Amino acid sequence: MKGKSFLWQNKRLMAHILFRHRDIPDINKLDVYKKNGGFAALKNAVTKMKPAEVTDVVKNSGLRGRGGAGFPTGMKWSFMDSKSWPHYVLANADESEPGTFKDREIMENNPFQFLEGVALASYAVGANLAYVYLRGEFWQVAAFLDEKLAEMEDAGYLGENLFGTDYSLKIHTHLGAGAYICGEETALMESLEGKRGQPRVRPPFPPSVGLYGKPTVINNVETLTNVPLILANGADWYKSMGTADSAGVKIFSLSGRVRKPGNYELPFGTTFRQLIYENGGGVQDGRPVKAIMPAGASSSLIVVDDKTLDTPMDYAFVRTLGADLGSASVIVIDDTVSIDWVINKTIHFFKHESCGKCTPCREGNYWMRHLTERIHSGNGYSTDVDLLLNVAKQMQGKCLCALGEFSTMAVVTGIERFPQDFKKAVKA
Amino acid sequence: MSKQVTLTIDGKQITVPDGTLVADAAKLAGIDIPVFCHHPKLEPVGMCRMCLVEIGRPMFDRATGQIVMENGQPKIQFMPKLETACTNPVSEGMVVLTQTAKAKEGQKGTVEFLLTSHPLDCPICDKGGECPLQNLTMEHGPGKSRFIYDEKLHLDKQVPLGELIWLDRERCIQCARCIRFQDEIAGEAVLGFDERGRNTQIVSLSDPGFDSVFSGNTTDICPVGALTTADFRFGARPWELKAQASICTQCPVGCNTTLNTRREAKAGGDIVIKRVMPRQNEEVNEIWLCDKGRFAHHYVGSKKRLARPQIRKDEKLARASWDAATKLAAENFSASKKDFVILASGRLANEDLFNLKSLADHAGGRAILYSDMGGGDLTALVGVGAGTNLGKLGEGDAILVVASDLYEEAPIWYLRVKQAADRGAALIVANPRETKLDKFAKFSIRYSYGDEVKAVNDFGKKSKISDEFAKAKNAIVFFGSEGLGLNGTSAVASACADLLKETGHIGRASNGLIGVWQRANDQGAWEVGLQPEEDLAKALKGKAVYIVGTDPVGDDPKLAKALEGAEFVAVQDILETATTEIADVVLPAQAFSEREGTFTSGERRVQRFYAAVPPTGDSKPDFVITSMIAKQMNIVLEGTSVSVVFDILANSIEAFTDLSYAKLAEVRPQWPIVGRGDVYYGGTTYENKHGLGVQLVPAAQVGGTVRIPKVKKEAVLRPKEKELLAVPVNKLYDRGVTVSPAELLDERVGEATVSLHPEAAERLGVEAGARVKISFDGVSGEAVVKIDDTISAGVALVPRSMGIAIKEPVAAKVK
Ligand SMILES: Cc1cc2nc3c(=O)[nH]c(=O)nc-3n(C[C@H](O)[C@H](O)[C@H](O)COP(=O)(O)O)c2cc1C
Ligand code: SF4
Ligand code: SF4
Ligand code: SF4
Ligand code: FES
Repeated sequence: MKGKSFLWQNKRLMAHILFRHRDIPDINKLDVYKKNGGFAALKNAVTKMKPAEVTDVVKNSGLRGRGGAGFPTGMKWSFMDSKSWPHYVLANADESEPGTFKDREIMENNPFQFLEGVALASYAVGANLAYVYLRGEFWQVAAFLDEKLAEMEDAGYLGENLFGTDYSLKIHTHLGAGAYICGEETALMESLEGKRGQPRVRPPFPPSVGLYGKPTVINNVETLTNVPLILANGADWYKSMGTADSAGVKIFSLSGRVRKPGNYELPFGTTFRQLIYENGGGVQDGRPVKAIMPAGASSSLIVVDDKTLDTPMDYAFVRTLGADLGSASVIVIDDTVSIDWVINKTIHFFKHESCGKCTPCREGNYWMRHLTERIHSGNGYSTDVDLLLNVAKQMQGKCLCALGEFSTMAVVTGIERFPQDFKKAVKA
Repeated sequence: MSKQVTLTIDGKQITVPDGTLVADAAKLAGIDIPVFCHHPKLEPVGMCRMCLVEIGRPMFDRATGQIVMENGQPKIQFMPKLETACTNPVSEGMVVLTQTAKAKEGQKGTVEFLLTSHPLDCPICDKGGECPLQNLTMEHGPGKSRFIYDEKLHLDKQVPLGELIWLDRERCIQCARCIRFQDEIAGEAVLGFDERGRNTQIVSLSDPGFDSVFSGNTTDICPVGALTTADFRFGARPWELKAQASICTQCPVGCNTTLNTRREAKAGGDIVIKRVMPRQNEEVNEIWLCDKGRFAHHYVGSKKRLARPQIRKDEKLARASWDAATKLAAENFSASKKDFVILASGRLANEDLFNLKSLADHAGGRAILYSDMGGGDLTALVGVGAGTNLGKLGEGDAILVVASDLYEEAPIWYLRVKQAADRGAALIVANPRETKLDKFAKFSIRYSYGDEVKAVNDFGKKSKISDEFAKAKNAIVFFGSEGLGLNGTSAVASACADLLKETGHIGRASNGLIGVWQRANDQGAWEVGLQPEEDLAKALKGKAVYIVGTDPVGDDPKLAKALEGAEFVAVQDILETATTEIADVVLPAQAFSEREGTFTSGERRVQRFYAAVPPTGDSKPDFVITSMIAKQMNIVLEGTSVSVVFDILANSIEAFTDLSYAKLAEVRPQWPIVGRGDVYYGGTTYENKHGLGVQLVPAAQVGGTVRIPKVKKEAVLRPKEKELLAVPVNKLYDRGVTVSPAELLDERVGEATVSLHPEAAERLGVEAGARVKISFDGVSGEAVVKIDDTISAGVALVPRSMGIAIKEPVAAKVK
């Protein structure tokens, strides 16, 4: 279908797609959202489209998951096991990666678009029940969403027999209890089930065995917030933005030594230079950028030179720099910062957040923390740096979930790509 | 049979059932992949990362769907990362490499990581010598630590999780086997993890701590020395221990055990039992034991053991020779002619009971089984068929439990029935109050105490539940003695037998009737021809009585009185009891741990036990003593070789035909393979090298028509106003002579209680915890009030063997 009523058509950066609150005041009010085309996509889908057609549009749009892995969203939905019921949809609003603060802005300011996305995903996979799982610190956001959900229910966008069809949907919010690991999809499910939040072994993957052992789609808040406009404006419209590898727009959470940290919604393919210098106003004190962490604490460290700065940001290009775009929480590190300090910070975080289920991550992070601390405090020797690198590599490829892998990224790339910082840090 | 899959592990080709995990398949091929968190009895979790191997699978051409060939062989595609052998199921054509440099490096890495936080206090660790971490460290350990010792995290080393199990937090490797055992196998989630990351710690979630009767099993499967039993910790080193096969004597399940013994200075240089360990028998107890079986063994080493024969002289018992003692008994028995009564316990071995029965028969006396449960004739008739294995019941099968709290009466049956329900068997629990098994039941049936037979008969009528039972592929009925005495149990057994017969669930493996007896060998006693007696006091009064292995005087004032009026009392036992005190002759018997013999379990499996420790003093096996007495009465009974007694028994009792000690000692390979000093670690359970036993064939399985004798149940007792119907219930940890000497269990034994409905308590003006006096029928005793709103207001539950002699429902006064 071709949308005509929307003002953001095509023109790049003319208007926001996700952060529409930045263009339209009061879009967090139901009538304002509705006036701006809100729920038209949902109504159209539920009354006129087959669930599989909704999935197909999303598939064709090239939308990829914004939670970190960049997995094609429509494909994920199509994996749902149709022989096992009921189906569930989960919105991952755990947003715990250091440096990531985009989902919160969406939920606080453009809640209906996000919730309409949840509803569309639910319709597409035949789920009558969806949960929004928020990190525990987001209790105010949860309360706010609860209000919005009640308004939607009153207005007939949630509940029994939507738009007079036999499709029914309920959405609930659920608060975590303060663990980073509960953003990992299977740990999130365990936590939602009332158990200890620890990852499960995969396979089986959630579309076959998920929440309560039933097929489950889990998507990031930002991913889902894209969906209403994709349905409204069509897959081609969405694909017309971004790059061949990564369609559409992305919110970059910019932080670190920049002048204007914050969230920036930009098309995929925007360069690091533009993000840091145009949007972010450049580096504090005019210092040169030394390193970039494109995916928060879980990043590999990118060595920065002109070529790096001019690299377009999408999933494929960032990989050519030996890193992953992940959740696109871009942390800028300038030449006043020593990398041994950086990894001491990241390992402090991971040691604290390791869930303890598997040996390499539980023991490895505890060990690495002692080593980074020793090195950073000036009590280490070069053999400690060698040992640290060795321990990190000994963890790689052996952990139960990605957290353990993430924890080694900055350590390995930091030591390998910034050896001089470590030489300076240790005793002769 | 399920689909078979062929794969190659380290160049060895092997075919295993589809769904087998790589780690288990390797074990079947004789290749040990090291594991910590994986246990073949538990769901895979893949959390310790010890079992890392390389796994390759045949490559498929996407377009054609055909296997890609290379040099005439399927092309194998290996995963870039190492994979966990414990979570990956086998697939056709899979290639597994466990010994490559890459795999070894992965395994070595995990060991090193574990050791960074491990105290390595092997020299004082109970697991030392049977610890897979120790073994793996010897194999992979780098020899020198790269981790700075001062940076080790130190944690509490002496944490009681309950009074039976202690935790050493430093030694725990967070494999969650203990937690998972409690959740998955026992169905009691009383353990959990607290904190996260390196601070992850095992905690008890229950009050009282570690509230489960299966807690000891966690110490077996804990792959390190983190969990130890209060009974054994720091008690001995595994390599100093001798092992002897035995059978648990505490209940009718007949769990296979191993007695670990050691000569000990503390015991004056005697050889003593240091611990009781499970011995694998997948058809009986698998690799588990309940805590009663594990910890209540202390009675055999009790100070109260009888060591010498005694004869009453001038009102006092005085030491005597075996010859004099047996002669005195024989003379009195002979003189009494037909007034000779033997009262024997189901604690005795088959051979003992057989000799006793033979003596009674030859001397023209009677041999009575000391029990308030009937129905053993019916279990011999329509008992479970040979080949029954509760571990095989599941989807499409049904299990009915009537008037029994299996958790309290036969814990390992509870555990196996629960697991059958987990596998999909329809579990039906019929009991007046809720029991632990109800949680896993598909149907719970509640009836009033006294209405047991009616409940079973109603069940036979059309209903959803009875339909499910009737159409089940296999069906087993357990009947017990909750709220019932001898007449009541006999009637219920007969109703249950009828039900089984009507629905065609007899005469086949995994079908039939099981009695939840009060003693380990009650079934054996019935088999050799002993039966209980309704009016025991009358039967004993004025007779020459030969009491073997029981304490009627201590149990029941009425029996004490009856025995006062007995003509002559000979008591044969292992322990001093109230009954030995009134005896004219005391004959010291050997405990089961000091001799050989056989027991017949409730599932009618005949199993051998062996001598593990030397006899106490001059004591002799029961069957020998009986034959000595018989000899003085000119009756010839075998009294030297226990296996010969068994042969004679087998020749004279039809169900035992063709059985022999050799046959009972046969073993077959069992799965899972556990109990060896391997890095594929099944636990400290023992491998079964001494016999899996043989199940007797019930008459119904032999063929012919089966006629079930009708037993008329006495009218339901209706207490008068101001009275309550006191009903007996069974308690695992009671004050029986085989439990009390284990001081460790004191807290769990507790005081005598009486459970009342809140209304009843209100009427009596008492609250929970109040002390009341219960009296009925010449018996009275004190008990502490417990409030239970799941029972009816007219009853008072009184546990058996807790000091109040209750055998059957009685009208009682509570004050
Ligand atoms: C340690 C860890 C933490 C994660 N935290 C989050 C999170 O906070 N929010 C999120 O959306 N995804 C998080 N993920 C990714 C999720 O597991 C999952 O891939 C994602 O929610 C899928 O949604 P998407 O397909 O829309 O990206 C995390 C993954 C890992 C391994
Ligand atoms: S890698 Fe870390 S966070 Fe993930 S399961 Fe293992 S211990 Fe837990
Ligand atoms: S106590 Fe033993 S069984 Fe339990 S988690 Fe620790 S190591 Fe594993
Ligand atoms: S279940 Fe019965 S036979 Fe088994 S260990 Fe416990 S008391 Fe002994
Ligand atoms: S991960 Fe396989 S044994 Fe623990």
